[in-house]
Amino acid sequence: MTGLTRSPSRTVSSRRSFSGISGQSFLLKSITTIVLAAGAGVIMIPFLYLLSTSVKDRDQMRQSPPPLIPVAATTVEINGQNEPLYHVTIDGQISEMALIKNRPGGKGLFVDPSNPGQTHELLIADQTSLEHLEIHWENYPQALQKMKFNKLLINTLLVTFLGMAGMLFSCSLVAYGFSRFRAPWLNVMFILLLSTIMLPSQVRLLPTYVLFNKLGWVDTLLPLIIPQFFANAYDVFLLRQFFMTIPLELDDAAKIDGASPLQTLMYVILPQARPALVSVAIFHFLYAWNDFYEPLIYLHSPQHWTLAVGLQTFNALYAVNTNYIMAASAVMILPPIILYFLAQRIFTQGVVFTGVKG
Amino acid sequence: MQSSIKPSRFSLAQRESLWAYTFITPWILGFLIFTVGPMLASLYFSFTEYDIVTSPKWIGLTNYINLFHDGLFWHSLGVTFKYAVISLPLGLIISYLIAVLLNQKIRGINFWRTVYFLPSVIAGVAVALLWGRIFDPKFGILNPFLAQFGIKGPGWLSDPQWAIPALVIMSLWSVGGNIIIYLAGLQGVPTDLYDAAKVDGATAWQRFRHVTLPMTTPVIFYNLILGLIGTFQYFTEVYVLTNGSGNPARATLFYNLYLYQNAFKYFHMGYASTMAWILFIIVLGITLLIFRSSDTWVYYEGQLRGR
Repeated sequence: MTGLTRSPSRTVSSRRSFSGISGQSFLLKSITTIVLAAGAGVIMIPFLYLLSTSVKDRDQMRQSPPPLIPVAATTVEINGQNEPLYHVTIDGQISEMALIKNRPGGKGLFVDPSNPGQTHELLIADQTSLEHLEIHWENYPQALQKMKFNKLLINTLLVTFLGMAGMLFSCSLVAYGFSRFRAPWLNVMFILLLSTIMLPSQVRLLPTYVLFNKLGWVDTLLPLIIPQFFANAYDVFLLRQFFMTIPLELDDAAKIDGASPLQTLMYVILPQARPALVSVAIFHFLYAWNDFYEPLIYLHSPQHWTLAVGLQTFNALYAVNTNYIMAASAVMILPPIILYFLAQRIFTQGVVFTGVKG
Repeated sequence: MQSSIKPSRFSLAQRESLWAYTFITPWILGFLIFTVGPMLASLYFSFTEYDIVTSPKWIGLTNYINLFHDGLFWHSLGVTFKYAVISLPLGLIISYLIAVLLNQKIRGINFWRTVYFLPSVIAGVAVALLWGRIFDPKFGILNPFLAQFGIKGPGWLSDPQWAIPALVIMSLWSVGGNIIIYLAGLQGVPTDLYDAAKVDGATAWQRFRHVTLPMTTPVIFYNLILGLIGTFQYFTEVYVLTNGSGNPARATLFYNLYLYQNAFKYFHMGYASTMAWILFIIVLGITLLIFRSSDTWVYYEGQLRGR
């Protein structure tokens, strides 16, 4: 296993892949950009659909196919009835008229709102209906209140951040142990650790459930938090890879100053490893925030649910209210997206991921 | 050092070992409590009838024999394999191609990377709910889109024939995680190899085929293995979309979902443990096969240079 991509030679290489300053390369770059833009469009459409559906009301949701912009038909009141407005063409003249009645053969009766007495019978398909933007922000507070968002949020934050603290604490210690010391069988231990990545979680899931059940921890947040204090293979691996890149001279200097190994970890290694610690913390946040399986099996009563479980149940109860479901989903995906934009460099430059190479 | 002040019973080497094992103690404890112990326990449970309330009753190989005759077991295995066979190659190829594009030096590349990685950070319940709506034949947006090309879209999640392809489409949307890993691998290809190829007059395609592709086989291998394990753990999306039923007509009864139903719906812990161990053996078998085959197609630079 080689170290992380921190050496300059590696980062430079990305610039060169197809390059060369020729017409051919310009063509390649143009095609690349076009393909990337098309794909990006496909990726963004579901987000647009999510947002637009989340601010529609009942009538707007019945539009089929659903417009990606939340619009509603513009209406006008005629004889106490709300009638849809159309741009109507009569003898080449365009005017605004309301459709008051459908007639056979795809025709309709149109009237001028200022002169409702005179009707015109015209083909509806030839006229264009008037629409305007209509956004129902109130869906958000209503959806959040219905799903008891606050309680779910508190539980999710507890699980996420207490778990994160446990993970950072235990994984730093273990990664330090695996990166800075020689000891018999330590390599075997490290291989054992790595092999647990490949272990399907199901083989340990049921007895772990039984264990937590015996401890009386089922239907509390503890089964989701406590195991984080016992380190996990992914994060130990990533942290160890990073620790290996920190020069040993720093340790030696600390040792000469009389620092114990624990002090060396706290005052030398951890400050140096901040980028790696931030990375694993972010990935843990995403994992814990989105996790569904374990909260589903461990948390039975609604007051202990996390957002993932609460949202799933909310959908089961309010499936017809797609606008509420989408509003709640939008709120649920917001924190990961904000975090993603704040910590973009960690994702887009793969600061930590290169550890997997070889 | 300190030993001159306070003589120690341990040699330097022994003390170093002691420190090492002290630091890795959290993991050793976790490994025993949450991995080794439960694995042994679930192996034991697999030979018992166990409903959590009463204590396990030894029934020998009965669970294994029943499993062998359980039509739903074979069905769920089939569903999982069908999904794996479609989604794994598609996902690996598409994410690789996107990663190659995202590795070009073009204007605004960081913006494109941001867009492509975005879906991968929001995996889970919300994504499943969103796609469930997109697939809706009447109020979704996929079928109206297809209709523009004169294609009459199927009922997707309500059609047993199309439920799995729908889940595959959904999974392709979130291949960002794969892309990140591929991109890291692509950036690790040494520049001098490209320069040498260019000196030899290699075209862009030849440089890709004979430099980029072989040099990135380790990351392809890594994504393949993790993708395979992920497929056998596939659960959240299908649970959310079918309310845990695996419908329509059990077309989406994935192995892991059937295991969940046995364990936490019917509380057949013994039977579910048997399923877990069979799954473990299947995944182990396939992983070993891929590892075996990797000698023929995965290229490790270190091997050749003797690093």
